[in-house]
Amino acid sequence: MTIVYDDTSEDTGSVPIRRIKFTINGKKKIAEVEPRLLLSHLIRRGLELTGTHMGCDTTNCGACTVLVDGKPVKSCTMLAVQVDGHEISTVEGLAGQSELHPLQEGFKQEHGLQCGFCTPGMMMAAKALLDENPSPTEDEVRWALSGNLCRCTGYQNIVKSVLWAAEKLRGSAE
Amino acid sequence: MYPSRFRYEAPRSLDEAVSLLREGGDDAKVLAGGQSLVPLMKLRFASPELIVDINNLPGLDYEKQDADGTIRIGALRRHASLERSELLKSRQPVMAAAAPLIADPIVRNRGTLVGSLCHADPQGDWASVVTALGGQVVAFGPGGRRTIPITGFVSGPFQNALAPDEIAIEAVIPAPKGTPAGGYLKLERRVGDFATVGVAVALEMSGGTVIRAGIALTGVGGSTISAGEAAQALTGGPLSAQSIAQAADLAAGAANPRTDHRGSAEYKRHMVKTFVARILSRADGGATVAERAA
Ligand SMILES: Cc1cc2nc3c(=O)[nH]c(=O)nc-3n(C[C@H](O)[C@H](O)[C@H](O)COP(=O)(O)OP(=O)(O)OC[C@H]3O[C@@H](n4cnc5c(N)ncnc54)[C@H](O)[C@@H]3O)c2cc1C
Ligand code: FES
Ligand code: FES
Repeated sequence: MTIVYDDTSEDTGSVPIRRIKFTINGKKKIAEVEPRLLLSHLIRRGLELTGTHMGCDTTNCGACTVLVDGKPVKSCTMLAVQVDGHEISTVEGLAGQSELHPLQEGFKQEHGLQCGFCTPGMMMAAKALLDENPSPTEDEVRWALSGNLCRCTGYQNIVKSVLWAAEKLRGSAE
Repeated sequence: MYPSRFRYEAPRSLDEAVSLLREGGDDAKVLAGGQSLVPLMKLRFASPELIVDINNLPGLDYEKQDADGTIRIGALRRHASLERSELLKSRQPVMAAAAPLIADPIVRNRGTLVGSLCHADPQGDWASVVTALGGQVVAFGPGGRRTIPITGFVSGPFQNALAPDEIAIEAVIPAPKGTPAGGYLKLERRVGDFATVGVAVALEMSGGTVIRAGIALTGVGGSTISAGEAAQALTGGPLSAQSIAQAADLAAGAANPRTDHRGSAEYKRHMVKTFVARILSRADGGATVAERAA
C-alpha cells in the first residue's frame, strides 16, 4: 500500500519506511508507511475508507474519531506506525451485511445529522460510550460527546439519537 | 497538514530508549500521548529528526500508593484513567477533581499527566495541580534516576529541567499529613478549551487548622505560577473570612496575566481572586471543589 506525501524536505537522505500489521473493522492488513504518516491519512488515502472525516486537522473537532483497541482517538493526531499490532474500528465497520447499526438507525430516526460531516466521529465516540455504559443518562451522553463538534444540529438531536440507540441496543426499542 | 520527515523508534526498554535519546541529542523527542507534540509537528513548530515513542515501554501505565501514602503516577498513565481512578478519589481528591477538566474526553484517552508536566504549557492544568500539591518528577537517564521538585522541573514556558537523554518516568505526590481539601477551578470558553484562568488549591487540614497549603495558577503568566505567599497566609491557622480574603488578594497579586482573545488582564486577575476565595470558602471540613465555568 503506498501513500504519497509531497517531498518538501531539503535533505536527500533515505526515507525511513516501516512495515506495520493491524486490524481494521475486523480485517487484517499489512502496510508500509513513512513514520510521519498520520493515522487519518492511512485510513482515508491508504485504505480508502473515507467515512472518517477530517474537519479541522488541529485535534479540535473530533470528526476524525476512530476507535483504537476500543477507545476513541482523534486519528489526525496519531501516527499510523503507532497502530502496529492494534485494532482499529471506523464508521464503515458499524453496519452489518444488510442492517444498519442501532446508532446509525438512531441518527436517522431522531434526525441526528444535517450536513453529516461530524456524524462518523459522533457515532464512533458514542459507540465507545455505549460499549462501556449501555444505559447512559443524557448528561453522560453529552459529556462523552464533548470532544466532538457539530456546526449544524445544536447537538439536541445527536443526544437523542444516541439515547435511542442505547435503548434499542438494550433490546427494549420497537 | 503532516509532520516533516523523522526517524521513528519504539523501544521496548527504558535503557534502549535512553540510549536512542542520547544518540539523537537535541534533535530527538519523546512521544507519549502525542496530544501536544503531534499537533506541533503538523504545524512544523517542532521538527524533530528522531521520535522515541515510549508507548511500548512496559510498566509505566500505573497509579499507585506507597505504604506511607505517597502517590506515584507512571509516564503512560492517561488523563482518562486518572479521571476514573478510585485511588485518587479517595486519597488525592484535588487531582481527581482536576482530571475531567483537562481537554476533552477523546484527547484524555491519549494524553498523559507526565507528558503534560514535560510540555510545561503555562496553560497546562496538571502543572498547577502538581505544584499546589508539592509534587516531584522522577527522571531516568544514563546516570540512573533523579527526583526533581515540580517547581524546578517546569523551568519556563514550554521548558523543563530534563537533559536531552532523560525520560520522565513518574510524577510523585507526597503523602498528605492532614485531611486533603481544596480543588481546581477552571474558566474556559467551551469544553475542551485551555484555561482562561485555572486555580489549584491543595490544603491539608488537621482539627480545623490548615497544616499545609499550596496554591498554583494556570494561564495567568508566562509559566505555571506558584502563589507561595498566598499559601503561607493560610498555613498554621483556621480558615476564616479574613485569611481567605487575604490569600485571595495575595494570589491575585502573584498572577501576571496578559490581555488576549480569552479575556483582559484585569478580568483574569479578578477571576484568580474569585476562584481562590470560592475554593477556600468551601474547603472547610475537607470538601473538594471542581468546576468548569464558562
Ligand atoms: C484539543 C486539545 C485540548 C487540550 N486541552 C488541554 C487543557 O485544557 N489542559 C491541559 O492541561 N492540556 C490540554 N491539552 C494538552 C494535553 O493535556 C496533552 O495530553 C498534554 O499537554 C501532553 O501530554 P502527552 O502525553 O500528549 O504528551 P506529548 O504530546 O507526547 O508530549 C508533549 C511534550 O512533552 C515531552 N514528553 C512527553 N512525555 C515525556 C516523558 N515521559 N519524558 C520526557 N519528555 C516527555 C515530549 O517530548 C513533548 O515535547 C489539550 C490538547 C488538545 C489537543
Ligand atoms: S480532524 Fe482530527 S480533530 Fe478535527
Ligand atoms: S451535522 Fe453538520 S457538522 Fe454536525
